[in-house]
Amino acid sequence: MSIRENILAAVLKNQPPASPLPDIDSFKGDAQDIISTYCDVFTSIGGQVFVVKNFTEVAALIKKNFDSTKRIVTTLSELSDVFELLSTSVDPHTFNDVELAIIKAELAVAENGAVWLPEQRMGQRIIPYICQHLAVIVPAETIVPTLHEAYRQIGEGQYGFGAFIGGPSKTADIEQALVLGAHGPITMTVFVLK
Amino acid sequence: MEKQTKDHAALAEAFIQDEEHVNWHDGALWWIRQKRDIASKQIPEWEALREAASQIKSNVLSNLHDYLVQFEANAIKNGIKVHWAADAEEHNAIVYSILKEKDIRQMVKSKSMLTEECHLNEYLIERGVDVINSDLGEYIQQLDNEPPSHIVLPCIHKRKEEIGELFHEHLGTEKGVSDPTLLTRVARGHLRNVFVTRRAALTGVNFAVAETGEYVVCTNEGNADMGAHLSEVQIASMGLEKIVPLKKHLGVFLRLLARSATGQPITIYSSHFKKPREGQEMHLILVDYGRSRQLGRPEFRDSLKCIRCGACMNTCPVYRKSGGLSYHNTISGPIGAILAPNLDMKKHADLPFASTLCGSCSNVCPVKINIHDQLYQWRQVIVREGYAANTKVLSMKAMAWTLSSPTSYSTMGRAGRWVLNNIPFAVNNKFNPWYKQREMPDGPKESFGEWYAKNNG
Repeated sequence: MSIRENILAAVLKNQPPASPLPDIDSFKGDAQDIISTYCDVFTSIGGQVFVVKNFTEVAALIKKNFDSTKRIVTTLSELSDVFELLSTSVDPHTFNDVELAIIKAELAVAENGAVWLPEQRMGQRIIPYICQHLAVIVPAETIVPTLHEAYRQIGEGQYGFGAFIGGPSKTADIEQALVLGAHGPITMTVFVLK
Repeated sequence: MEKQTKDHAALAEAFIQDEEHVNWHDGALWWIRQKRDIASKQIPEWEALREAASQIKSNVLSNLHDYLVQFEANAIKNGIKVHWAADAEEHNAIVYSILKEKDIRQMVKSKSMLTEECHLNEYLIERGVDVINSDLGEYIQQLDNEPPSHIVLPCIHKRKEEIGELFHEHLGTEKGVSDPTLLTRVARGHLRNVFVTRRAALTGVNFAVAETGEYVVCTNEGNADMGAHLSEVQIASMGLEKIVPLKKHLGVFLRLLARSATGQPITIYSSHFKKPREGQEMHLILVDYGRSRQLGRPEFRDSLKCIRCGACMNTCPVYRKSGGLSYHNTISGPIGAILAPNLDMKKHADLPFASTLCGSCSNVCPVKINIHDQLYQWRQVIVREGYAANTKVLSMKAMAWTLSSPTSYSTMGRAGRWVLNNIPFAVNNKFNPWYKQREMPDGPKESFGEWYAKNNG
């Protein structure tokens, strides 16, 4: 027998009698004040939130809050006349000098502040990790209460890679002192588009 | 790495020499336990979530064979190359062969307790492959040539001054610098250079979804992603028990994991890997290494439900005051003490005894493993199999005799009180382990039994 067959045979021999799966469809969150809940939670995990009406406001806030002399990339055609539209085909290493990346989430979760980004939304998988600062547009109507609603909405999903991202990269490995910007972005800003 | 000869008590004795340090360690972990409490209380259905998670894992264990076959088929369909390894040696050989085929001599690795268990780094370094741990805590431990002392907080036993000294020695920071932000920025710079120059990256796996063939990796630092998305070869190592049946089950586990671990609502990054990037190779190694054996032990199989949050360590009075390295096993604390004897009962015979059986571990466990019951049951097995220390066997026998009849109990009680009151030096000496770090009390004049007989007889 091969290694695989040996392992599977041992598992089959040793696994206990069938135990049923619980029903988890009753888990759901509260949709009341969902936008303000999202904003509060995201702020509490070290993020920054702006509620905006349109992309003109987004562009203005970015120019005010970030260093425009450095490289700013985006996947969004709405911002492509102001910032560099990122290429989905170049070597991902070429993004190592990106100061700010601006992308758009598919949905966001009020209970934990995280945004859901399938790779098509990232442009390239490395983008939300390699940039020094990350900005994400979240249409207000895509905010869901908890991860249960999020997974219901995502379904199987047409992606090769996808991620929940909930705040700037962080570590507390040195004496439990919180430091933002471990390896990924030092800050994360969400623009809730209402 | 098989150099350990001291048991938990002896290693802990060294750890507690520095009282101020032990108090800091104790307090730091208790603070994390408190953050876990605050986070869990914000979820009204917290207990229902724990119960659901536990039941999902029961289902996984009872149907693991089919789920593994299903996961494998879906992963292959997604373009992932799946490998199987029965033990550490096979796992390490697979990783090495993947790298060798591409002539890769440098790899970056994010946190994976499994590869620590397998001693992958040593194996690869012996064969001329350089490995760098990218999780900051693990990177620090690697600089110091020590294993992690905690599965979530690898260098929690170190003070910032010690870390500053390590950075001064290895990374050339100024002597005396110990500011956490400054040190983290230095590591960020060094590791960024590592990420952009490595052709291969290895990650652990938190959850693997049978339904879709994707796997989820959770980090706060983003180090798993930095390595994976810049590599041409991506390798994931997972224990067989990491399977979840359906994708929607991730909602239950991701709500529990970070809240239980650090009190965060979710880890910063929860990355779902399904297919390799264009032009990239993605490998996944399914590792048994004792899991199928543990599955066959009815009283201990639930230990395989563990999602590695570390909550049992943070709450454990023995862990907090003895430090993770005293457990001489990759996974320390209460959960480590019930997993380790399965791998090597003789070597880890001391670990189930490193507990007060207070039950706090079971109370905080997000998947409701009856950890303290299993600690107690391992003690029975270890004594029965003849692996308990002689002093423990003798004292257990003396205790059994003392408690076996009212006469022997009251005789020993009288003898004990007489010794404490008349010749205290007979117990207040270094030959009595209970005297260490303690003063023996004065003996009471009479026992409760004697008092009761006098007053109510």
